[in-house]
Amino acid sequence: MSGASPAAVMIGASAGALEALGTILPSLRPDFPLPIFIIVHVPPGKRSVLAAIFAARTPLNVIEPEDKEPIEPGTIYVAPPDYHLLIEDPHTIALSNEEQVLFSRPSIDVSFESAVDVWGGGLVGVVLTGANQDGARGLAAIQRAGGMAIVQDPETAYARAMPDAAIAACQGARILALSDIAPYLSSIAP
Amino acid sequence: MSETVQTFEKIEDIEIRLLLEALFHRYHYDFRSYAMSSVRRRLRQAREQLGFPTISAMQERALHDPAMLPQLLRYLTVQVSEMFRDPTYFRAVREKVVPHLKTYPSLKVWIAGCSAGEELYSFVILFREEGLEDRTLFYATDINPEALAQAEAGVYDIDRIRLFTENHRLSGGRTSLSDYYHTGYNRCVFDKSLRRNVVFSDHSLVTDQVFGEMHLVSCRNVMIYFDRALQDRAIGLFRDALPRNGFLGLGAKETLRFSAHEGSFRAFVREEKIYQRTDP
Repeated sequence: MSGASPAAVMIGASAGALEALGTILPSLRPDFPLPIFIIVHVPPGKRSVLAAIFAARTPLNVIEPEDKEPIEPGTIYVAPPDYHLLIEDPHTIALSNEEQVLFSRPSIDVSFESAVDVWGGGLVGVVLTGANQDGARGLAAIQRAGGMAIVQDPETAYARAMPDAAIAACQGARILALSDIAPYLSSIAP
Repeated sequence: MSETVQTFEKIEDIEIRLLLEALFHRYHYDFRSYAMSSVRRRLRQAREQLGFPTISAMQERALHDPAMLPQLLRYLTVQVSEMFRDPTYFRAVREKVVPHLKTYPSLKVWIAGCSAGEELYSFVILFREEGLEDRTLFYATDINPEALAQAEAGVYDIDRIRLFTENHRLSGGRTSLSDYYHTGYNRCVFDKSLRRNVVFSDHSLVTDQVFGEMHLVSCRNVMIYFDRALQDRAIGLFRDALPRNGFLGLGAKETLRFSAHEGSFRAFVREEKIYQRTDP
């Protein structure tokens, strides 16, 4: 991670996401100081319940951001359905209506890559359970920029295709059992 | 290694800014205040798909070959829409806004950033169903001439019609969408009578001014591609175009919360992002 403290955490998940994040979020340090961006594949529907579900499981502030929402420390941002979540600058989220990527909007790759453009190596990327290939390319971009790549151990994943693809794309990624991810994130945050 | 990557990306940002300057000075298309995160993505796509080694190389071609402009506009203007997209928005227009509009003898409606026309036809059909079409003048504006031509043609791939039809039904449609188009060659051609009260026009929210007083402005998922300052300019135009009690409809995840003009509007249907102009 270029030696410096990370600036943000990017988490991508698909099939099995609710259970996986339901394990991770309650176990994070209650004073977790970094912004966390969660990209979960959800069918396009106007209102998502994810933010509300996650909010019930963590003392951290959970927001489904609107366009140009400010980025605050210790806050969890859950990508809204049917929009890509982009990092516009270190203080601002931008949403986009561009085409689906790998049949997904939000796309994990799109969010991760936009974060790399802003924060370079100052990122921790996490790819969790899922039944497709999204996230592999974005996680590799984080790693290439000098950030840290974490992948859920496929043996502990509800669907292993996504972690398998991420591991294949990111040599040297840190592979962690689901229950070890939150303690690890808590330990590397400043 | 990481330093190399970051250096490279900063150079790319310089190239992007230079390309946007080139488009402005050469063709007067001003994308310089668009949100960088999505401009970057779309110009990378353009570079890859059009086969240029660098964005600078693409810039050189754009400066010297006007045929590049429509190609780049296709990337820089996002054209993703549906008829009756977010049906609950149109239901709110139908149930809550239309009763107010019915009290006016004549109406002007501005679909700003109309792209290929899906939103425009949705409004015209809704207004016809509600008995307002005959007293309404619709302005459909966009910066992309290709998109405007598509909007004026009103032709859509037949495989999109199922979604349009379902959206229309969910919006509280009183008629069948198939009343308004005929099919052929895998296309749906929307009836030209829908265009009899429509003015199609080239208009830029970046560089142009207000052109008339409107009762309703619908501008959805257009300003998400603008930076905050440009959003304020565009919302300022809508503020100036709307008299007291005029309506402004935004996209599902757009908001006036971060705008300097928030105080000129009140939430009319908050969850559908329909605002009403307060003091002029």
